[in-house]
Amino acid sequence: MSEAIVDIKKLWTVFPNGDKKAVVHKDLDLRVERGEVLSLVGGSGTGKTVLLRQMLGLEHPTQGEITVLGRPAAELGKRGAASRVGMLFQQGALFSAFTVLENIAFPLRELKTLPHALVREAAMVKLQMVGLGPDAADKMPSDLSGGMIKRVALARALIMDPPLLLLDEPTAGLDPESSDSFVALLRSLHRDMELTVVMVTHDLDTLFELSTRIAVLAEQKVIVNDVPKEVVAFPHPFIHEFFLGERGQRAMELLREYPFTV
Amino acid sequence: MEDATPRIDQHDTPQGRLHVVRGAWTAADLTGEAVWEALTAQLKGLGAGAGTSAGWDLEQVHKLDHLGAQVLWNHWGRKWPEPIKVEPSQRAVLETVAKFSAHAPAPRSKPGWSEPFILLGTRVLRLIDHLKGLVRLIGQLLLDIIRLIKHPQEGPWRDLSGHLFHIGATALPITALVGFLIGVVLAYLISQQLRQFGADAFIVNILGISLIRELGPVLAAILIAGRSGSAITAQIGVMRVTEELDAMRVMGIPRGFRLVMPRALALAVVMPLISVWTTIAALLGGMLAADISMDVTPSYFINSLPAAVDVANLSLATAKSVVFGILIALIGCHYGLRVKPNTESLGQGTTASVVTSITVVILVDALFAVLFKSVGI
Repeated sequence: MSEAIVDIKKLWTVFPNGDKKAVVHKDLDLRVERGEVLSLVGGSGTGKTVLLRQMLGLEHPTQGEITVLGRPAAELGKRGAASRVGMLFQQGALFSAFTVLENIAFPLRELKTLPHALVREAAMVKLQMVGLGPDAADKMPSDLSGGMIKRVALARALIMDPPLLLLDEPTAGLDPESSDSFVALLRSLHRDMELTVVMVTHDLDTLFELSTRIAVLAEQKVIVNDVPKEVVAFPHPFIHEFFLGERGQRAMELLREYPFTV
Repeated sequence: MEDATPRIDQHDTPQGRLHVVRGAWTAADLTGEAVWEALTAQLKGLGAGAGTSAGWDLEQVHKLDHLGAQVLWNHWGRKWPEPIKVEPSQRAVLETVAKFSAHAPAPRSKPGWSEPFILLGTRVLRLIDHLKGLVRLIGQLLLDIIRLIKHPQEGPWRDLSGHLFHIGATALPITALVGFLIGVVLAYLISQQLRQFGADAFIVNILGISLIRELGPVLAAILIAGRSGSAITAQIGVMRVTEELDAMRVMGIPRGFRLVMPRALALAVVMPLISVWTTIAALLGGMLAADISMDVTPSYFINSLPAAVDVANLSLATAKSVVFGILIALIGCHYGLRVKPNTESLGQGTTASVVTSITVVILVDALFAVLFKSVGI
């Protein structure tokens, strides 16, 4: 059995909802192993993003334990956290007052041990690894396109080469072309940097392009966690609807009709 | 478990000195303060070492990431040392670093002799730009008011009443408190001086004129500028950051009519009222302090106040307050609309708005004092 990077045991998440309580997760178990790309899939309100935030220690579960890289998730936000987990937020969450290079260098610079020149160089390497030119270094986040923001945010998440990368809707809001190139970039980085990736996505293309495993959230737990082929074949109404339902069919039809309608 | 400290061991071999790199060369390990200091010292020592190098051996490295590779690469003077023993995965990391380090970031050029002049020019141009913007806002406000008079049913009345409440009603406690305390302090200080001349009764004249004509309106305006001017700038600035301003424009909703005018009108109405309120609180404070420190009774104070302060002072104070209110609103909106979509600009805009509106309030007050020096005194 290989090493567990993320290990979630008997997780309960309960939100107060007026006088009633909304149970989001109930006895949820999830295990992510080294080198996997695990996609979290589920209908809206099934707590995918909540789960991701709990892995980061941004939110605390009502009950149960989450272990990330052998430590409780709540201990993550300490000095040098960027060397353990990288997170790509949906909107990028770049610091709007910093230039691109300052954004990327920020986690490393804040540790205040390494000389500035070295930090700058390390940031320049990451900037170019995510496919941006050196001329982008002095731009401000407000001058960037959506795809570039995602790339800069990814470079910032990777500045300290963390073994675990979390992605929240990595291709949402990108046009198909930048979405494809971003997926290709993620794939090559996963290969080159031996990353373990956990992501939340609704985009079927991204899902099948990247995932080595898919975990489906429904009925307050993970109903199946397996390789994509097995997940699609799993008998459950949500999975049927999500992968083979109208949306999947429509996507396929569009694919077929596309050359003729244009 | 082996020692993860990044370090370089040296072995003397017949071919020369062999450098064996050991430990974990990762961002997490390198950023430890003690570790980094020890390693820098060691790397410096290596350069000074005598004898020929028999190359580098990286196969003992526990883990190598991009930062570790960068440190080694820089130490090698950005070229491959010969000979080198390295694993394929390490070579890949080093090659990535080597490829992207080729473009070393150019250092910023040093400021030349022309820099101060350019700076001065930018400042002058920026000032002119601000003045233009303000003039445009005033013009737009006039046009909007004309439109409101022509079509009163189209007016943003709900907004206006909301602003009246938030800018006016909620400011009552703080303005009363500040006004009262200023009145007490002023009366106490003046009474000390007046007693020396036995001119106790004149405290009514001094307090009456100074509070009603000057301090009341200015104090209220400064408080409101700090409280509501900043709020106006922040509200409109956040609307810029979240693209709400663009959304309004796209829907054809004029922002002057919908955002600037209600605030300007609300402040024009609220400012004189707050000013009167502050003045009354300050007079009360002054009356109390005069009674305690000089035995000037409240009934005497109230009875002699109309004779001491000409009615023209009241109209002057009210007119002044209306102008202050409109200026605070316009300056707040002006800076709010100029905010660029980032957090830093929002902070700068809010600061500039408060500082400018307080300065302008005091400047305009001085202007009023000069222009109306023969009125009411």
